Formats: sequence, C-alpha cells, structure tokens
Amino acid sequence: MLKRIQFYLKSFFLWELLQGLCLTGRYLFKRKITVQFPEEKTPSSARFRGLHALRRYPNGEERCIACKLCEAVCPALAITIESEPREDGSRRTTRYDIDLFKCIYCGFCEESCPVDSIVETGEMHYHFENRGENIMTKQKLLAIGDEFEKQIAEARSEDALFR
Amino acid sequence: MVKIEIDGKQVEAEPGSMIIEVADREGVHIPRFCYHRKLSIAANCRMCIVEVEKMGKPVPACATPVTDGMCVFTKSEKARASQKAVMEFLLINHPLDCPICDQGGECELQDVSLGFGQDISRFAEGKRAVKDKNLGPLVATDMTRCIHCTRCVRFGQEIAGVPELGLIGRGENTEIGMYIEHSMASELSGNIIDLCPVGALTSKPFRFAARAWELRAHASIAAHDCVGSNIYLHTRCSEIMRAVPNDNEAINETWISDRDRYSYQGFASDERVTRPLLRKEGKWQDADWQTAFQVTVDSLKKVIAEHGADQVGVILSPNATLEEHYLLQKLARALDCHNIDHRLRETDFSDQASLSQYPSLGMPITKLEKQDMIFLLGANIQHEQPLLGHRVRKASLQGANVTALSVMQHAYNFSLNSQQVVHPTAFVNALAAITKAAYQHANVQVPAHIAAVLETIDVDVTAQQIAEQLKDADKASIILGNTALYHPQAAYVRTLAHALAQQTGASVGTVSDGANSAGACLAGSLPHRGPAGITQNNTGLDTQAMFAAGLKAYVLFNVEPELDCANPGVASEAVAKADFVVAMNPYNAGILAQYGNVILPIVPVSETSGTFINIEGIWQHFAAATVAQGQARPGWKVLRVLGNLLEIEGFNYVSSQEVCDEIREIINTQNFTSADNEHMLVRLETASSETLWRITQWPIYRVDNVVRRAPALQAAASSGGPAAVHFNRHLADKLQLTDGDTAIVKQGDEQIRLKVAVNNAIPNHCALVPGGFSETANLLDSFAELTIVRS
Repeated sequence: MLKRIQFYLKSFFLWELLQGLCLTGRYLFKRKITVQFPEEKTPSSARFRGLHALRRYPNGEERCIACKLCEAVCPALAITIESEPREDGSRRTTRYDIDLFKCIYCGFCEESCPVDSIVETGEMHYHFENRGENIMTKQKLLAIGDEFEKQIAEARSEDALFR
Repeated sequence: MVKIEIDGKQVEAEPGSMIIEVADREGVHIPRFCYHRKLSIAANCRMCIVEVEKMGKPVPACATPVTDGMCVFTKSEKARASQKAVMEFLLINHPLDCPICDQGGECELQDVSLGFGQDISRFAEGKRAVKDKNLGPLVATDMTRCIHCTRCVRFGQEIAGVPELGLIGRGENTEIGMYIEHSMASELSGNIIDLCPVGALTSKPFRFAARAWELRAHASIAAHDCVGSNIYLHTRCSEIMRAVPNDNEAINETWISDRDRYSYQGFASDERVTRPLLRKEGKWQDADWQTAFQVTVDSLKKVIAEHGADQVGVILSPNATLEEHYLLQKLARALDCHNIDHRLRETDFSDQASLSQYPSLGMPITKLEKQDMIFLLGANIQHEQPLLGHRVRKASLQGANVTALSVMQHAYNFSLNSQQVVHPTAFVNALAAITKAAYQHANVQVPAHIAAVLETIDVDVTAQQIAEQLKDADKASIILGNTALYHPQAAYVRTLAHALAQQTGASVGTVSDGANSAGACLAGSLPHRGPAGITQNNTGLDTQAMFAAGLKAYVLFNVEPELDCANPGVASEAVAKADFVVAMNPYNAGILAQYGNVILPIVPVSETSGTFINIEGIWQHFAAATVAQGQARPGWKVLRVLGNLLEIEGFNYVSSQEVCDEIREIINTQNFTSADNEHMLVRLETASSETLWRITQWPIYRVDNVVRRAPALQAAASSGGPAAVHFNRHLADKLQLTDGDTAIVKQGDEQIRLKVAVNNAIPNHCALVPGGFSETANLLDSFAELTIVRS
C-alpha cells in the first residue's frame, strides 16, 4: 500500500525527470573537457608513436648508417632499405622506404636503431590523397625529421630517464 | 686409437689428432677463431681453451694432441671462465661498429661474443686504430677490426702460395699488412674473405650492398672452368648479390677461385638483352618471341632450301649446359646439318676420331695431389683452372716432382723441378724427344703411328731426364693444358703424350677450357660424334672450318666469335658475310651486335637449370638461382620451342631434367667403342724457330662472356689486361720499343695497334698477344707468324 502511494507521488511530481535534469545541470556548470580541435590538442606522451622521421646530427649529417636492423626487426615488413658506399666511403642508404599502410606503429624500428636515426614522432595528423603517398621515402622522412627535430629531441630527453 | 672423454662422453680418437678435431667430429662445440681445418695450427687466439684433467692450466684445444685416458671439459667452470676472459681481451681493441660492418649477421666474433662476452666492457682506455690496407679491387679491409687470428696470413703462405700478407709489429702495434703495398695477385685471394672471422676482410664489390639475413642461398655450379666448383649464389629480391663456396671435398674443398666468386657481376651487365631483337633495315628492333622465332625458322628453312643444310654452322660455347648442347645438336642433326662444334679455340682436329669419349683428367680430382710426378704440358694450370692448380701445388708441397714444358714461362705458385720453355714451333719436337727417350730408355720398338715423327728427333739430356722421371714415378700424370690443346699441331701433342704415358705408365689428363666440355662431348656437340660419343655417318665441319668456309648461316649459342674463337679475324669476317646469323646470347655486343640478324635472349647460368659434367666426369645438376630477367629465357626452353616450330619430333620436354634423363639413357644404352689415341702421325715439317711467332693465352678473366663483364675482375691485378703485346727485352731492344710504347702488330692482312709490355717470361722470337680482348679481335691464328713494327 505504502509503495503504491510512493510510486504515485513520484510519478506525479516527475521525480525521475528531475533526477535526470539534475545530472544534466551538474554537467552544464562543470568545467568543460571538450578540446577545440584543431585549435586545441590533448597532451600526448613523450612515448607516443606517430609518424616516422629520420633524424640528422646537429652538423647536418644524416644519422642513418644503413645497418638494416629496423628492416630486419619490422614485424610488418614495412621497411625497405637499399644501401651502398657513399662517395666518401661511408655506409649509407640509397633508399629508405616505409609503407605506412603496412606499418603497425609498434616502435620496434626505433628500439632497434643504434644511432637514434629512425624515430616515431608525436605527429598523428596526416592523411594521403593519392595512391603511393603512403610510401614514406628517405627524402620525406628526413624532411619530417628536420621539421620536428626540436620536438623529437625533447621527447627523447624526457624519456631518457626511464631507459 | 686412443680413448678420451669429452664432457663425460667416451670417444675414440686417432692418436696425435687435436682435441678440437675430435670435438668437432663428436658435435661438441668449442669456440675458436684462429683454428681452421684446412690451415696449419697457430693457437694464437686462445679462444678454444678447455680444461683437461690433471693438467694444471687450461689448454688450447686446437694445439693439444689427445692422449689415452684424457678427460676434457669444454664447459666446466674453469673452461668457461678462461674462455670468457679471452673473449674480454679480444674485444678490448675490437670496435663496436657492428651496425656498419659488412660481416654483421655472419660474424664469428659476434656469435661467440653472444655466448662468451660480457654485457659491459671494463676497458675505459682508448681503443687502438689501424690504417686500412689497399688489397686491390676484390677485397675490402677494415684493419681496426682485426683480431690477429692470422688465418689470412696462413692462407697466403699455405694455400695460395703467395705470402702477400704478414703479421707486422709486436704487442699493441701488431698489424696485418703487406710487406710491400700492392694489389693481391693470387687467383684464390677471395677466400680470405670467408676465412676472416671478423669484418676486417670483406668483399669489395659486395660492400654495404646487403645483409646476410636478407640473402637466400641457392646451390649452384661455377661456370668458368672444368673443375665445376660448388658454389652458393646469394640472392636478394631476385638479384644475385654474391657467390660463396659450397664445401665439396671431392671437387673444390672449401675454396673457390676469384673468377667463380666475382663473375656474378657479369649477370647484371648493361649489355644484357632482355627482349628478342630483330635486325630491320640495318637497325635492331625489339620483337616478341613469336616473331623472332618465326623469322629464325623461316630464314633457316630458306638457307637450307636454297643452299643445303651443310651451309648452316652451329657453334656452341663449352659453357652451355649439357641439355642445351644435346638439344641444339639434336635439332641440327634433324635438319641434316652436321656442322656442330663447341671447340672454339682448338685448331687441330685431325686426331678427333681417335680421342676418348670426353676430355678427362684421367683420375679423380682428389688424386691429383697424391701424384708423385706431374708433367704440365703447355698448362698454365693456376690461371686456367685455379683449383686444379691448388691441387698441383699440394702435390708439389708433398714432394711431387712437377715439371713443365711450355711456350712461355708461367709464374706458378709451386716449385718446379724443371721448366722447359720452347718456341711454339719446337713444342711438338720437345715432347717428341721425351717420348723417344722413354722408348729408348725401355729399349722398346716405337709404335708405328708415331714412328715417322720420332725418326728425325734428337734426344737431349733434359728429355732423357724427364722420361726417366716419368718412368720411375709410381703415380705420374701428364696434364695437357690450353697451349697443348690450342697448338696448331695439337693432334701430335695428344698422340705423343698418350704414347709417352703408355710407355712410362703415367696417366694423361686433358684439362679442357669451358665449364662443360665433357658434357658437350657426351651430348654430341661435335661434328663427328653424336650423343654418348657415337661416331656419325656424316662428319660435319669443325669450328675453324665452319668459319673458314664462310657458310651462309650461323647459329651461335652463347658465343662471342671475335673474343672466344681461335681465329677471331676469320670468324668475324664469316659472321659479317653470312646471309643469316642467329645468336642465342645473353648479351648484345661486339660483332654480333654489328652483323647478327636475330638475337634470341637466353639467360646466363644463374637463371637456368641444367647440368655440367666436370673434368672428372661428375654430373652436377643445378637449379635456377633467380628468375629470368625480362623476356630472356633459359636456353633449353628456347631450343625446345625452336625444335617444335621446325616440326622436329621429340621436342616436348617439360623440364631440363627430362632432357638430362634422355641423355643418360642414351649413354647407358649405347656403347662407346673405346678410343685408342693412336692417331697415325706423319713426319712433321717444323717451321723455323727463328721467325717471330705469336703466342696466345686467354687471360684468366677474359675466358668467357660473363667474366669479361665483371668490372671487379677486370680491375684485378691478375686480369691480364689491358690488351698489350708482350715480348722480351731482347726483342724490345731489337725493335727499339719499351714499355708503354705503341706497336703495330700484323698477321696476314690484318694489323692492329697495341701497347707494348716488355715481359721476360716470353722466349726469344715470340710475342704474346692475349685473346679475349676486342683490341686483338682482328688478328688471326693463335699460334702463327706475326710481324711487329714500331708505329
């Protein structure tokens, strides 16, 4: 009998509706977490594995020595390297391709690199418009490296403590 | 036999053998760097140190002979501690540059350090650096990586016979170097790359090209000499990256010659043809296979209809496979054309009916090193067949008497008992003198077939000595080399050599050129004999006669007439004047590019399956290491289609194995009537040895179309190039010419200009003009008169 009266009153005063509106109201006045992409971005970890890059030494010399460890370790066989002696006799790549369609962003290439040449930057916003653009050539990778060098270096030094 | 115990396992061992040998046989792994089973024991790396019961200190397993009741522990705490300590010392001066080292991934030091190395180095001082040495275009050096195992030094002294490398300095200043800096001249020098346990010595043409783990190994057979060395071709994405030896104790042991190692470069030559080519209005035009075949078939049919089948000449390279030889001779004989030959550089065929079924060493290759006497007859064996040269050297080191008779002084890497250098016109007489001495010595009637030649010969002391030595030796062998075979009186040389052998109890070995001369003879690629050496009713023309006759049509298989043949001037002219020339060739170059009518692109040996029969008579099958380039196709497939288009029965083979089986069937069922080698010789009218004669050698890296296109070999010290005319100081003074001058060399109506190289290895009244060069391609006979004048 009492339960029936309770139910009757709750229905009469739209209690559940008010409960729902209360939640809505709470969020209405709470601090917003919406990020205004692309003007705003969420913070990402220094260990984030995004678009690849090939780095250079401060004197402009490319780091990559064509040891092919990244090619060997790549579980998706996304990396293709060809190498030969450069004019000065040093070991260099003549071709360094990463197929981003094959890549699974595991970061093994970065782990295996003895000279910190191939890295995965924090960059995650990229797209391809034409067939073939998914192949990142040596020139493209070096250009990305040059562009993001500051960010890359910061991320490496931040993570160095834990290595 | 003594009983020893290795790691608790009872084993029996030969007394005097070393612990490491027994351990290797029993499958117990002991790490090592300096020990190599083919080299002497140095015991200087100390890596193989093991513990032996009742011996105070751990001992090196490679230098400790086994004794009865010995207990060896290879993995005890003491042994492991010693091995780890040695490893730490070895790594003190070894740079940690594995990522840029070509040996990375196949490095013995890397492998052993994984098991015995520490994860950190306690060595904080500076590492030493050593200047790199220039060993020539074949071997790259990074001497800082050297751990002084001295394998390369011992190889040079013991195997190659040219002690070019040595250990210089002591302690921290120890270096491997050359006493005098120059390129390595050994024809086996590439083997130090395999021997080097670290990345100090690596292959220069292969430098930084690929990693060991990217490569797929395909077992193959080396295609440049009649030894048939077993090799692995390493491929990466259907490209041949390098060749390495495949161990076969019976043939090449664990070595291969530089020619077999670096010739792979020729497979990727720019001159490769990858589409059938047709000549239209004087210019080459790409065609499809169907058209190219149709033109070939129609033109051949036309020549046969108009001039008869005997106006067609079929010439094959001795490097073609057994199957290709068989199919092409089958095709030609079905067309009633009997002009088939593979003997490109031989000129005297008069004794061909009495010859054996195929050129053979007369014994297994392994027996060559067990001979007591080896008589090299016109054989520059080390350059012609480097690995046979190695066997002769082994025999020489074991005390065999090696004697040579040749037309020029060859720089052998073994010591000779005596070397007789004669003018080419006196070559047969010198051999005849020895033969006569042998018969006189035994006081036996001279057989009738050589009596006429021996009649007028005077026997001198040298001849007597050689004949006696041959008679006295238990196991003696007479080796006929290239000069003997290419000599204008080769029939005399062969017949006399056999007569000499018969009288002295020696064996005769004919070391032919090309990889598959034996196979060519067995497949029937001869004008007078069919498959299995069965004599044919119709005898066709030999190579020289085919060119000299100026036939209407030529079918050339893997042959470059101006570079491969004995009489390049005549060959080129015949090709130029012929109505129709079809070249089945992997390359488009030279005279064929100029005058050929059709080029059917076939593939080199790396891209086809087939069989080679080596000088010992061993059939060695191989598969294609990589896919055929472009539209080029394996020779046997091209010939199969050609056979079908010519409507010849029995050309429906599915595989090269099927062709091979058919040849085997013929050889097994047909009886070859044994050859007697008793060709009737008439009295020899020798030319004066006072006239200037040409001597011809095909330099080691000019022997076939593939090696001629390997840039590293062409740049090597022993390449024999660039083309020059060589003669001795005496003649140079007479002609008032010196090194580097240009001379005009005339033969018949042909004349060319060549650089002069003064070379005192050439006897008087002789000049060496090498074959296999485009510069000398206009000249005539290999051994004939020539004139040299100042230009």
